[in-house]
Amino acid sequence: MSTPSTPSTAGPAKGTPSGVQPMVRAEGVHKSFGAAHILKGIDLEVAPREVFCLIGPSGSGKSTFLRCVNHLEQINAGRLWVDGELVGYREHGGRLHELRDREVAAKRRDIGMVFQRFNLFPHMTALENVMEGPVMVRKETKAVARERAGRLLDRVGLADKAANYPAQLSGGQQQRVAIARALAMEPKLMLFDEPTSALDPELVGEVLDVMRGLAEDGMTMIVVTHEMGFAREVGDALVFMDDGQVVETGHPREVLTNPRHDRTKAFLSKVL
Amino acid sequence: MSGVTTGGPDSPPRDAVPGGQPYEAIRAVPVRHYGRWVAGLVVLALLGWLGYAFSQGNILWHTVGDRIFDHTVLQGVWHTLLISICSMAMGLVLGVLFAVMRLSRNPVTGAVAWLYIWFFRGTPVYVQLLMWFNLSLIFPVINLMPLYKNNTVAVITPFVAALLGLGLNEGAYMAEIVRAGIQSVDEGQTEAAHALGMTSVQTMRRIVLPQAMRVIIPPTGNEFINMLKTSSLVSVVQYTELLRATSNIGSDTTAVMELYFVASIWYLVLTSVFSVGQFYLERRYARGSLRTLPPTPWQKVRASLTTVRRPKVA
Repeated sequence: MSTPSTPSTAGPAKGTPSGVQPMVRAEGVHKSFGAAHILKGIDLEVAPREVFCLIGPSGSGKSTFLRCVNHLEQINAGRLWVDGELVGYREHGGRLHELRDREVAAKRRDIGMVFQRFNLFPHMTALENVMEGPVMVRKETKAVARERAGRLLDRVGLADKAANYPAQLSGGQQQRVAIARALAMEPKLMLFDEPTSALDPELVGEVLDVMRGLAEDGMTMIVVTHEMGFAREVGDALVFMDDGQVVETGHPREVLTNPRHDRTKAFLSKVL
Repeated sequence: MSGVTTGGPDSPPRDAVPGGQPYEAIRAVPVRHYGRWVAGLVVLALLGWLGYAFSQGNILWHTVGDRIFDHTVLQGVWHTLLISICSMAMGLVLGVLFAVMRLSRNPVTGAVAWLYIWFFRGTPVYVQLLMWFNLSLIFPVINLMPLYKNNTVAVITPFVAALLGLGLNEGAYMAEIVRAGIQSVDEGQTEAAHALGMTSVQTMRRIVLPQAMRVIIPPTGNEFINMLKTSSLVSVVQYTELLRATSNIGSDTTAVMELYFVASIWYLVLTSVFSVGQFYLERRYARGSLRTLPPTPWQKVRASLTTVRRPKVA
């Protein structure tokens, strides 16, 4: 199975100031679905308060990596840490032990995730969607949760839509509710899986504005995106992935304007 | 409201689009559907013939009227309701249990659930009822040693035999309905719930099952209405429900058909009442999946009344 020794133990410190514990650290992460080898040894570090953008062609493994970070997928080899804690496993007596359902759930509390297709709960109003996590997981009283949910909906500009069901909201509004729902758990890390890809072009801006605001407030964010403008403007670090591997890493402005690798150049020439 | 009838300022302007030119609506000669008239007349003639046949038949109509609220008949109605509701409740609980067992990753529970569904759907409910009723032939004593011990004949009363027969059979059908409902819920829902830190049990209870209900309720309503009728089979285990109550009177008074009429009327009443209940239940669980809920029949009546009252402008 997964042995403690990984091909590359100490990857280069990728834009992370040394001495600070990274929010996310990946070492030689592999993931396969049956015969399909999706991630082929990912090494990267995400510093606290950093906006970390993942770009690359579809099928390059960006989303899969993101889903590994909160253990929606289980990695096959390598190590993955979030805030210094191993994801999905417990190391005990030199061996890795799988975590129980309850333990996995507890670790996910601190990681917010926003999906491409929103995945709001359709049988609950916007307000109930935002309240669900705090009430069920953090065991808050409904009054406390409702008060915070109201504030969060106000923050994403949807205070007047609190009583609406998701089907009564536009895509952009649904995605903003989804962001509020993730923020209600007061996460230390937010994962965005192509948050604007399913939106009509004129609705993309409102979602990016909310994300920009979050970045300004110092939230650590990993963003899988095709919005190069957002990456350039808001991102602190950018990784270009292709075929399950990290091809190029650097500051977004640098990578987007002066790509060093041919594959990055070829990709950017198609999307920019 | 009444403002419409008086043709007040809030009645809609007929000949003008806002800010546009007045227009004249087309008044064309409609297509005549002669075939519809012929078909209508033929069907009416057949209906009339059927009505005539019944009026000439040897039917004691007053017996139907006399017996419809007979004490024994009413008790039969009550027993039919009771056994149907109890069996359905048992079927629902078993259905959820076996659906979850079938979907679990444990191969043993999965196989057991499959076996249960295979047996109880694969044999006629009539045979199952007879087997429960005659259980004492192979197990004379029921012995749950430290807890309970009794003669099987004393335990398996007609009601218990009927409940076990109908409930276990229904559980097999409900298991398949619940399974289909659970599988109809998008996987993204489970992922979103997990990403919030909810456990699998919380996710099932709060996120998946409420959404599965929308898929589960319509066929469950059909199952219940079927159950009201299938419960007539339990007369074979000596349980005096509607059919047995009426046919007892029928054979005593030689008004056999008349009492079957009485039974049919009551079955129709019961199924009609529960069809209405099903409509409102479906409407409740459609919350969130539709932008606007379908109108209730009462709302439709009110809507059509206001349309009728709107003045027709020539």
